[in-house]
Amino acid sequence: MIPETDPPVLLRAEDIQVRRGGANVLDIPALAIHPGQTLALIGPNGAGKSTLLLTLACLLKTFRGRIFFGEREIDTHHGDFDYRRHVTMVFQEPLLFDATVFDNVATGLRIRGVAQAEIERTVSRYLGLFGIASLARRSARTLSGGEAQRTSLARALVTKPQIVFLDEPFSSLDPPTREGLIGDLEQILQETRTTAVIATHDQPEALRLADRVAVMNEGRIVQIGPVTEVMNRPANGFVASFVGVETVLPGQVIKTADGVFVVAVEGGEIQAMGHVLIGERVLCCIHPEQVVLSADPTFSASGAGNVLSGMIRKITPIGLFYRVRLDCGFELVSYVTRRSQEDLELEEGKRVIAFFKATSVHVIPQKESPLL
Amino acid sequence: MFTLDSEVLGITFLSLRISGTATFISLLIGITAGTVVALTRFPGRQLIVSLINTGMGLPPVVVGLFVTIFLWRSGPFGFLEILYTPTAIILAQAIIATPIITGITLAAIQHLPPNLRLQILALGASRIQMVWILVKEARLPLLAAVMAGFGGVISEVGASIMVGGNIKGYSRVLTTATVMETGRGNFDIAIALSVILMLLAFGINAVLTRIQQRERPR
Repeated sequence: MIPETDPPVLLRAEDIQVRRGGANVLDIPALAIHPGQTLALIGPNGAGKSTLLLTLACLLKTFRGRIFFGEREIDTHHGDFDYRRHVTMVFQEPLLFDATVFDNVATGLRIRGVAQAEIERTVSRYLGLFGIASLARRSARTLSGGEAQRTSLARALVTKPQIVFLDEPFSSLDPPTREGLIGDLEQILQETRTTAVIATHDQPEALRLADRVAVMNEGRIVQIGPVTEVMNRPANGFVASFVGVETVLPGQVIKTADGVFVVAVEGGEIQAMGHVLIGERVLCCIHPEQVVLSADPTFSASGAGNVLSGMIRKITPIGLFYRVRLDCGFELVSYVTRRSQEDLELEEGKRVIAFFKATSVHVIPQKESPLL
Repeated sequence: MFTLDSEVLGITFLSLRISGTATFISLLIGITAGTVVALTRFPGRQLIVSLINTGMGLPPVVVGLFVTIFLWRSGPFGFLEILYTPTAIILAQAIIATPIITGITLAAIQHLPPNLRLQILALGASRIQMVWILVKEARLPLLAAVMAGFGGVISEVGASIMVGGNIKGYSRVLTTATVMETGRGNFDIAIALSVILMLLAFGINAVLTRIQQRERPR
């Protein structure tokens, strides 16, 4: 794990453990949340993302550990009331009250005893920000999924929290609704400079909203860092598979010269760049976006480093792209656009040339990859 | 009935006052107890829930018997000297209605979304504010609790006759009067009292049902 050293820190957790049924479900030695930034928690179901959010929001008792809000240690055993008034949380389900949209959004302000005139002003502003001003007098029970989640987000942010914890708030929405809401939330978080921690399954969502990303598994943070660093330089095979690296190949360094080395993998060889020792066991991670295909068997890409002949095993449409599984002696995955798929006349069983640069291969020394 | 006999009117108003007061007391106790049991976890909770559910079917004559024993001159609360008074009937009816309202409140709060409680706390609510918002969210099922509680006590006869004594002009209510008139063979009066009783029960439930259905989530 990359150590957390970036100042300033708004929220700091130390040695947090949460137990359920006698077993540790969360074990976080250290975590820092920086003001104005968005941290995305990604990981499979049961990784501990929601538990971490609830713990940081002081809605779940810890077994041990300390959490500091600025310099003040919060009382994690008795649901620190003062701290809870500075943060908020949005859940996967909108959890709206049986009242109008306006009254739902006004709830946090009424709880705080804000004057009615101020409530009218602030709620109207946030209804406008989230594009639901026309729904103000509608019963929350009559809203669509997207409208309900917009109301839920407005209800949380209207209190101007210093940190908002978001537990997969878009997961139940259809893609166009989700896209619109993510765009609005992104803009509002930036405008209000609100610090956010968001749990998500969705890698593009994390890429779009987050400044940093933490990959979680079995109650632990496996890797945390800036989004591009975690995406491009996963710390181990688990993280690699979770950040969209579809080709992860174990192998052994057999040749090295001037920073370029050759790794023997089962069924072939791969060129990569870096400083390793001959005989060292490594994992080669290749993002599917980095693998380019050509239908011309005589094709030779200068400087590509890796030029491999392979047969297409499977073509699967994934939104705007096709996922192409190749057999190059080992399995290699490439994403191609619909246009490229048509131009290259790609079809299962066809032989193609796949090429990717030696610099596109991220190499993980295998002794640091106990999860694969 | 149609000539508005003063004795019948008196009995009707007394029935409404006694059962209304008993239901109100039961609401205060039942909503509080049901909410506490729904929101807390403690050893023996399962037993308490079983007792509440059993209490929902408490036979009025059993309640009447024990209230009589407790309020009897030589009983532990005999010094209160309230046996054979409207207060004794209110007490007995409140004991009958409280488990009904507690049980329905318990179920209503437990049926709210599990994360709603956390969501309310996450909006900055204190524990008391959280409970208040939860009870407001469960208001439709709680109207059913009012209907069930009031319906249960206005129509019961066993406890009322045992602890109230059916004293003319003092502790005689619609049900006890109906029993008495039936025993005397005055079926016309008994039928008239029964019709009033049913109209009362229907009228109050109709009003509450109207409120409930108007607010029902679409």
